[in-house]
Amino acid sequence: MLYDCYMIVGEQFKNILKDGKVIGYQFGLRIPYFSSVVLSLISPMELKVDGEIIPEEQMTLTLDGKTYPKNQLRDDPITRWEFGRIGIISVLKPGGLTPGEHNIDVRQGVMIGFQSGGMYGHDIKTLTVK
Amino acid sequence: MAIHTIKRCVSLYSFQEEYFLGKMTLEDILAICQQLDIPAVEILGEQMIPGYPAISDSFFEQWHGWLDRYELTPVCMDQFLYPQIYKGRLMTENEMVASVLEDIRVAKRLGTKMIRIQHSITSRILERAVSTAEKAEISLEVEIHAPSTLESPFEQQLVRTFERVGSPYLGFVLDLGIFTSRLGKIMEERWRRMGMNPTIAAFIAACYNNSEMDKLDEGIRALGGTQDDLDAAVLAKYLVNSNPRHILPYMKYIHHVHAKFSDMTDEGCDYSIPYDKIIPVLIEGGFSGYLSSEYEGGWYIQDAFVVDGVEQVRRHQLMLKSLLGES
Repeated sequence: MLYDCYMIVGEQFKNILKDGKVIGYQFGLRIPYFSSVVLSLISPMELKVDGEIIPEEQMTLTLDGKTYPKNQLRDDPITRWEFGRIGIISVLKPGGLTPGEHNIDVRQGVMIGFQSGGMYGHDIKTLTVK
Repeated sequence: MAIHTIKRCVSLYSFQEEYFLGKMTLEDILAICQQLDIPAVEILGEQMIPGYPAISDSFFEQWHGWLDRYELTPVCMDQFLYPQIYKGRLMTENEMVASVLEDIRVAKRLGTKMIRIQHSITSRILERAVSTAEKAEISLEVEIHAPSTLESPFEQQLVRTFERVGSPYLGFVLDLGIFTSRLGKIMEERWRRMGMNPTIAAFIAACYNNSEMDKLDEGIRALGGTQDDLDAAVLAKYLVNSNPRHILPYMKYIHHVHAKFSDMTDEGCDYSIPYDKIIPVLIEGGFSGYLSSEYEGGWYIQDAFVVDGVEQVRRHQLMLKSLLGES
């Protein structure tokens, strides 16, 4: 339950435009832990948008200007997600989200061994696409 | 008051919320330490040093510039060891030793005299790292942290290792959280905000405060508690209320103290940890190191309140000054 309430960063929530087309949507994410962690310690994310489960294969993480497939972070024991740093989670979805309110539900953990099964945070926010 | 040479310090961990949210930079925090009349600091490498352990030369230059400007002594660097960083296997012992040697190199450049070593270490790794530690004059101090105490099996094994190796560069950081005599009111309030029935929240606190934790799970169920309530109550099982006098046989090995606290009240005491009963024992035992203020209450209130680590540390340092007999 540490830093849960700060995980989803609403200011970064919007549809993603590329070549004049909306190809998906994005939101900001902070890691719910008290120090930096290498990417390999970031667990799979459980994301629900308006109640629909979003497969991790459809997500990327952009951190410090570099983009990683979200489901391949386990392979990177070097790159660090700095403490408090905001990463951008982008979800591929042609057409994006409709204008108006959306319910974003994120469960994201770190594989840190103080507790068996690691530690995780859970944040739910209602955000608006303009 | 008996004569002593105990000194005050603060762990920058105390200001983690301000740093996390970008409200304060590392330099802002160091400047505040000086304003609060704190002479020494402790830092978590992986919390506030970008790129750890591959730290740029320019960071070290800045760091020493700041320490000079704000008249601060660097006392301790806290390390972590995460054996799970590789896919499909745990770190080998050689890799863990290499990681500790890297921490020693960084601590030396930061100018600290010691490293806080986490519980995930083994005696063998310490023994393999100690000659490098001695050459670097950086001591390796394993943290005694709840739910373990000095009397726990692993800590007793470490005591035997320290006795056998006989190096002054091996010892303990004592976290005062092992003397939690009362469950935090902020913890109980957080459970209620999470939707726990107030009767159950009060029952968990009563079980802890009356040392009746054996009745906990059954009692929560009897009150109609859910699995979520049982999961939340695990937090109380991680706390211990050890007798401060039990540290006296081990004073030779206690080289640093994490003066943990979570809720400095308007009366100037921590709600959960009885400092007035602990500090006299440290003085009696001849402790001569630093008491490092370590605020950890933010996590319990951040969902509903603005966390103010600066004010919490200010109050805690005033309490330490008073208990240490500083005017």
